[in-house]
Amino acid sequence: MLNNQSVAEEIVKKFGDDVYDFEEPFGLLTLTTTREQIIPMLEYLKNHSEFKIGFLTDITGVHFPDTTPATEYCVVYHLHSFIHNFRVRIKVFLAEADLHIPTASEVYASANWMERETFDFFGIIFDGHPNLIRILNMEEMDYHPMRREYPLEDATREDKIDALFGR
Amino acid sequence: MTEANIAKSTSGTLVKDEPVQYVNELTTLNLGPTHPATHGIFQNVLTMDGEKIIAGEQTVGYIHRAFEKIAERRPFYQITTLTDRMNYCSSPINNMGWHMTVEKLLGVEVPKRAQYIRVIMMELARIADHIVCNGILGVDTGAFTGFLYIYEYREKIYEIYEEMCGARLTTNMGRVGGMERDLSKEAIRKINEFLTTFPPIFREFERLFNRNRIFMDRTVGVGAISAERAMSYGFTGPNLRAAGVDYDVRVMNPYSSYEDFEFDIPVGQHGDTYDRFMVRDEEIWQSLRIIEQALKNLPEGPYFADAPEYYLPPKQEVYRSMEALIYHFKIVMGEIDAPVGEVYHAVEGGNGELGFYLISDGGRTPYRLHFRRPCFIYYQAYPEMCVGSTISDAIVTMSSLNVIAGELDA
Repeated sequence: MLNNQSVAEEIVKKFGDDVYDFEEPFGLLTLTTTREQIIPMLEYLKNHSEFKIGFLTDITGVHFPDTTPATEYCVVYHLHSFIHNFRVRIKVFLAEADLHIPTASEVYASANWMERETFDFFGIIFDGHPNLIRILNMEEMDYHPMRREYPLEDATREDKIDALFGR
Repeated sequence: MTEANIAKSTSGTLVKDEPVQYVNELTTLNLGPTHPATHGIFQNVLTMDGEKIIAGEQTVGYIHRAFEKIAERRPFYQITTLTDRMNYCSSPINNMGWHMTVEKLLGVEVPKRAQYIRVIMMELARIADHIVCNGILGVDTGAFTGFLYIYEYREKIYEIYEEMCGARLTTNMGRVGGMERDLSKEAIRKINEFLTTFPPIFREFERLFNRNRIFMDRTVGVGAISAERAMSYGFTGPNLRAAGVDYDVRVMNPYSSYEDFEFDIPVGQHGDTYDRFMVRDEEIWQSLRIIEQALKNLPEGPYFADAPEYYLPPKQEVYRSMEALIYHFKIVMGEIDAPVGEVYHAVEGGNGELGFYLISDGGRTPYRLHFRRPCFIYYQAYPEMCVGSTISDAIVTMSSLNVIAGELDA
């Protein structure tokens, strides 16, 4: 069985200053890396003789408009090792001015659609992706709807203001 | 390329005065978006050389309903109704998965009885899901009888849902913190009746298919995928197990007391349509085993957690006590703030690992909610699985993958 501590130490040994912000929310090892290191890290974890973290569970994006400009967008990777039943979450933060990150579709075939979905909803561009087009929304759409600046309801409506609900 | 001799034209220009050339042309075939064999709305643009498929490309998103966006404005309990509409063949699994995600975030411990009731409901849902998939697979190979035999029992399962929560398809079953009501006598009677009447019919269904020459000819070796490719493509659930990887969330990360039950995980060898069919077949038997054990060992006690700020109080209490009225109002108006946190919780859905990635910023709604939808991820392998086969094999392959459009498009 792997534990968070030993895996984190191995990763730090290999990637040094490029990994930081280690956390364990609800026991799941979470770490942050840079976009230059994300593909080497996925390959390293997959081919590591002991870890064998070789299953990509999920890729998704998150938008944090209220933080520093360098960390406005986040791409989250969930990985899983079936052999050790060990999960790890890797985050890469991106600046809005430069929403580029290399594609993981060479490492995992499943990354293809997950990255298209993330591009569709957040506009994050996965460099080297074989077919980076919208997947769930229509082609003609000219914005990325999961960004926080697109509210679900008309913000000018006055019959649903929070004060009426005691907020 | 062959040349045909055409009679020389005698008058006018109706017949051209040159030999006609026959060329092998590629045909583009649109399978879908609305086609009875796709069992849902998604399009496959197949490039055909005669009857052989040489390339395929899918278009999905026809019933995209922006659940992740809608969820960012809804209080946690209102999101349950969104999860119903993902894999609508096994809604209770989605509902329970969502409740468990929120409970994990809130730190609510659910009593054993509620966990067992959830297991019963989730396994019934799994049976219903597999009945649909295997029954329809039979229909797609031309065998309608088996489908008619077992589809009646999907109806019986829906009656149990109805007894449990009042709804049939989009169940909205359970609450954050437990179940909304206890297993009634009538529900237990219906489950017991199901447990006694379903196995003989299902055995007959198996006798119709499992060693049926025609069925085997249509499915053995069709749409096969290796374990390595399946893992690379993010397969989970019965489709991955058919390829020979024994990954099941219920065993790997037990939730809702699955560790209390004894059951086997069927594993296939070849990852083809026949193996997927057989794995689902066997899973139905295992689900029946789990339900039997859960009913037999059903613990006494409350069916909801002692978490008044998250679990709706009983209606009688709301009319009588001040606290219950306050909590009722606060919960219904969505005034309950959740703690700050980041949760990933996975359950074994009808067709794979259904994951909920929830980020809470301490507000009344999720800051971000992402659904890991198993069929969205594995459906991208479909062209690779059907290239080189005929159109009829491609349809059987799709059917056995159990792609549910609602889950595909969220």
